[in-house]
Amino acid sequence: MSIGATHEQALTPAAPTGAAIHPLWVRLTHWVNAVAMIIMIGSGWQIYNASPLFAFLFPPGITLGGWLAGALLWHFAAMWLLVVNGLVYLVLGIATGRFRRKLVPIRPSEVLADTKAAFTGKLTYDDLSVYNAVQKLLYLGVILAGIVIVLSGLAIWKPVQLQELTAVFGGYDAARYVHFFAMAAIVGFFVLHVIMALLVPKSLRAMITGR
Amino acid sequence: MPRIRKNPTGVDPQLLVKDAAKLMPAPTRRLFLRGGASLGALAFLTGCDIVDSASAEHVLMKISYFNDRAQAWLFNPNKLAPTYPDSAVRRPFPFNAYYPEEDAPEVDKEDYKLEVGGMVDNKKSWTLDELYALPQETQITRLICVEGWSAIGKWTGTPLREFLRRVGADTRAKYVWFRCAEGYSTSIDMPTALHPQTQMTFKFDGEILPRKYGFPMKVRMPTKLGFKNPKHVMEMAVTDKYLGGYWEDQGYNWFSGI
Repeated sequence: MSIGATHEQALTPAAPTGAAIHPLWVRLTHWVNAVAMIIMIGSGWQIYNASPLFAFLFPPGITLGGWLAGALLWHFAAMWLLVVNGLVYLVLGIATGRFRRKLVPIRPSEVLADTKAAFTGKLTYDDLSVYNAVQKLLYLGVILAGIVIVLSGLAIWKPVQLQELTAVFGGYDAARYVHFFAMAAIVGFFVLHVIMALLVPKSLRAMITGR
Repeated sequence: MPRIRKNPTGVDPQLLVKDAAKLMPAPTRRLFLRGGASLGALAFLTGCDIVDSASAEHVLMKISYFNDRAQAWLFNPNKLAPTYPDSAVRRPFPFNAYYPEEDAPEVDKEDYKLEVGGMVDNKKSWTLDELYALPQETQITRLICVEGWSAIGKWTGTPLREFLRRVGADTRAKYVWFRCAEGYSTSIDMPTALHPQTQMTFKFDGEILPRKYGFPMKVRMPTKLGFKNPKHVMEMAVTDKYLGGYWEDQGYNWFSGI
């Protein structure tokens, strides 16, 4: 086998030779992110409850930390995990070309067609290595929401030291709302993502074993 | 000794419930790891019950100490908190404490003497008249509570660094510690104590600091969360010894810079 052929296979993840659908770094960062996100969201809900933005509280049973101080300890511990893991994912996603290969381009006409196909049960998932337009849009969207939630979180955490960043979000109070809505977007994605993983179990298997 | 009419430390816990209920589950202040169902989700994901052990709390506190150092590193002693026009001041300014407003300590202005101790040249106590005679400035800055809400206020007083200079404080010391009339305490890092906006506050919104906002003196620092801004300050000490504080000892992050 020539070097050229090997290279060709590396670029074609679903090659008949059985290359991994998801390389190890994708699977690792995916599951580390899942743990970090659950800790951040659970503790974030407890923190929200100390000074709610809207006329509702999160039920204490689904929050993390027990009380405000405990939730803050979890939140500011897991933030390191979330950010370091997220940076590794972004750097590798860009450096390996995975984002470019998998997530773009996203054409509005394809998004519409694939959305229609999904709701009429005509969307197939035969080749897990190729994302349909709706998947591309959602995966790219949740990456952006992840970036926004980290930046707005920094703006809330350090509104004096990072006041220029806080100003970008429209000030301290506005940044709290941005942080909340980014959380809501991620939770919305999470619900859909888990439903789809259960409907297409081989996609869950692929994210664990790589195949 | 200054006379204090009410002393909320050791009062009936019922009295503390009103404002503190959302802050802490009644019997388990430090057992903050006893969460709810989401802890179950964590245990499920990790395959072990990590959160039922004291070691988890230990690890979280270690990370909190690491975060103290990270925040000290991030703290720029020359970076000023944003200031606002007079029209932005919240009136009335929200009262917030771990006791209800009627239990705010009442300090007698005639008897009051600020005690100064630790690594300072001059340990004489200061009467209110002596304190009022110090040069004063006014700041309109945003107070941010650890709970998340914020409010813009107008505080007038003497920069703490000016006072520390006058008492001959050893500014190579690590901490400045404050003790309050009702038993509250907190401590801050020296760079924050020397920050130009860290202020010994005698007035709020142009009026002598009312009892509910910390009469006769609070220490205002717009570079830290609200609970790091002690009210009814009776004593300060310059020290190399870590002395924590009321909330810090219960699990709140010590540095709590913003």
